[in-house]
Amino acid sequence: MGWTRKDLLAMRDLDAGEILLLVDTAASLQEIATREIKKVPALRGKTVVNLFYEASTRTRTSFEIAGKWLSADVVNFSAGGSSVSKGESFIDTAKNIAAMSPDVVVVRHAASGAAALLARELPCSIVNAGDGTHEHPTQALLDLLTIRERKGHFEGLHVAIVGDIAHSRVARSNIHGMKKLGMTVTVAGPPTLIPPFVQELGVKVAYRLEDAIRDVDVIMMLRLQHERMAAGLIPSLREYARYWGLSLDRLARHARPDVLIMHPGPVNRGVELAPEVADGPYSVILDQVAKGVAVRMAVLLLLAGGKGGDGA
Amino acid sequence: MSLLLRGGRVIDPANGVDAVQDVLLADGKVARVGPRLEAPAGCEVLDVAGRVVCPGFVDMHVHLREPGFEYKETVRTGTRAAAAGGFTAVACMANTHPVNDNGAVTDYILARAKVEGVVRVYPIGAVTRGLKGEELAELAELAEAGCVAFSDDGRCVQSADLYRRALEYTLPFGVPVISHAEDTTLARGFAMNEGVVSTEIGLAGAPAAAEDVMVARDILLAELTGAHVHIAHLSTAGAVRLVRDGKARGVRVTAEVTPHHLVLTEDAVRTYDPNTKMAPPLRTKRDTEALVEALADGTIDCVATDHAPHALAEKEGEFDRAAFGIVGLETAVSLLLDRLVRPGLLPLATLVSRLSRDPVRLLGLPGGSLAPGAPGDVTVLDLEQAVTVDPRHFRSKSRNTPFAGWRLTGAPALTLVGGAVVRP
Repeated sequence: MGWTRKDLLAMRDLDAGEILLLVDTAASLQEIATREIKKVPALRGKTVVNLFYEASTRTRTSFEIAGKWLSADVVNFSAGGSSVSKGESFIDTAKNIAAMSPDVVVVRHAASGAAALLARELPCSIVNAGDGTHEHPTQALLDLLTIRERKGHFEGLHVAIVGDIAHSRVARSNIHGMKKLGMTVTVAGPPTLIPPFVQELGVKVAYRLEDAIRDVDVIMMLRLQHERMAAGLIPSLREYARYWGLSLDRLARHARPDVLIMHPGPVNRGVELAPEVADGPYSVILDQVAKGVAVRMAVLLLLAGGKGGDGA
Repeated sequence: MSLLLRGGRVIDPANGVDAVQDVLLADGKVARVGPRLEAPAGCEVLDVAGRVVCPGFVDMHVHLREPGFEYKETVRTGTRAAAAGGFTAVACMANTHPVNDNGAVTDYILARAKVEGVVRVYPIGAVTRGLKGEELAELAELAEAGCVAFSDDGRCVQSADLYRRALEYTLPFGVPVISHAEDTTLARGFAMNEGVVSTEIGLAGAPAAAEDVMVARDILLAELTGAHVHIAHLSTAGAVRLVRDGKARGVRVTAEVTPHHLVLTEDAVRTYDPNTKMAPPLRTKRDTEALVEALADGTIDCVATDHAPHALAEKEGEFDRAAFGIVGLETAVSLLLDRLVRPGLLPLATLVSRLSRDPVRLLGLPGGSLAPGAPGDVTVLDLEQAVTVDPRHFRSKSRNTPFAGWRLTGAPALTLVGGAVVRP
């Protein structure tokens, strides 16, 4: 089946076929990273604007490299040092950028719904690179690609997502994507970090790390933001690390020997992940980052390619 | 100067009337109601056969924004919106700039209403100075200047002690204190209702308990002081239970509900349309069902719109940053007729009471009745009028409504204040 959407806003919007198309396309594009000349002409003459209102190293760089390998013209716009600091509203900034006729706008913003807002207001394609605590679909797609490469399939796999589920756009996107592909998802964390009614998204809930990681195929650890302590959601980093930190010892005692350890980054070493786990044999964290470029190439290609460009 | 409304179905709950009758208005008052009245010499006659003639509707919760926020609304535009929506009187909240926390501001609002207003305007004074929740406003002066109630609406006085003192201090004035019930710690940073939708779309939620704990507190304080506490824009099934229980125990607690909390749920927020952002937030279906039932059985005393005009720039863009509230004056009656009366959820006569007699009773205002001698304030309804909500045609200065494009049946046809038709 083909791709018909103008935008990529949320995994919740996609059906299994669309998700697989994205993952398959990304898988086929990975080979470009191994070439000596990492460039294909697929998006020559296309313009991609990275509109980043939140600090981001990995995601912005990943989109930039993806665009450049596809020969698109990539422009980076970050909120600091721009018209935003002069008080221009998000909508006005976006409309001004749209007036310059980009083909794709990749947006990262602290407000949930920011990408949907742009999609409603702008004629070009919008890619959600993370909106508030809503979704981060390209992260979920690169997680899925990583999982399939290691496990060979999706159907029947069981994933534990551990940590601050309430504030995680990565968790939301993965829950939707994994459920649609026939996987079982358990979310786990202290109850103050589990959002209300999360079971209605079709997941199981665990309140002990040991229970969550037993017999799962994949453990996805989430970053704990330090401001959760100030908000009174957890007593201390020390206590969090003690009960929710993934150590080698815990892994060995409770998890399966072939489990994958994933993390969307950046890692708080010693908080949610012991360094020897992050760098250990179970960990596929850097593999995830590598897959990120391929996934973003696939997204840009499906949204902007085949509309008068040179084709892939 | 007289006017005869000929042949309409008169619904006057205060006097137990629901019959085809004529209504004669003279000298600004209701002169006579009865079958086939004779028109006096020189009397204008309006044929309202097939329409419904009611006591003038009163919206006891409106933000007119003047003084201070005239870019959102003014007394002139807000009262025209009221008239267009079938309301003959509005009570306006104190969160102007400067705040209506002293007699001079009340005098100003009343003076503007006299010059620019096309419906009656009743100011509501602040409970605390500057709405800061720290010290009492000059409540006696506000009452003397003409405030018909007190409220820090938009904010909730968090100190139970200060609120208790406000309830005690205002007892001699015989006017209610209106609570915007919200525990600001439970509701911290909220953009919508806390529930499955907030979890899915990643917006910060306020639990229903943020409202319920304050409703419980305020009922207990009303009981303690003997004061009349009125709960503004009640939105949860839990608060309905608390008010029902308070009333059963004889506590002087009353409540209002908005049209939007009756007809919309949190599902509307999925679009991230800032016009679905309000305080209290849109709740669940279970809540709306409890609200409709409570409005029908009288647990909730009246409908009020919480008309909250905002400029476009404040209601577009990021949901998190958008202002709370929507305009309501020009959509309320059609929404209520179409969504509650037509499906049989609420008898028409009950709705008429909840919009006229009941708010008048709560605030101790004139009107709310078509008895001879009552003010000549009349709302005429056309139950068959098909309307499509089009914000471009609003008389209000603002357009922030989630109901744009809604097709509704039933609308206000005529609004009469002081015996004369208002043409907004």
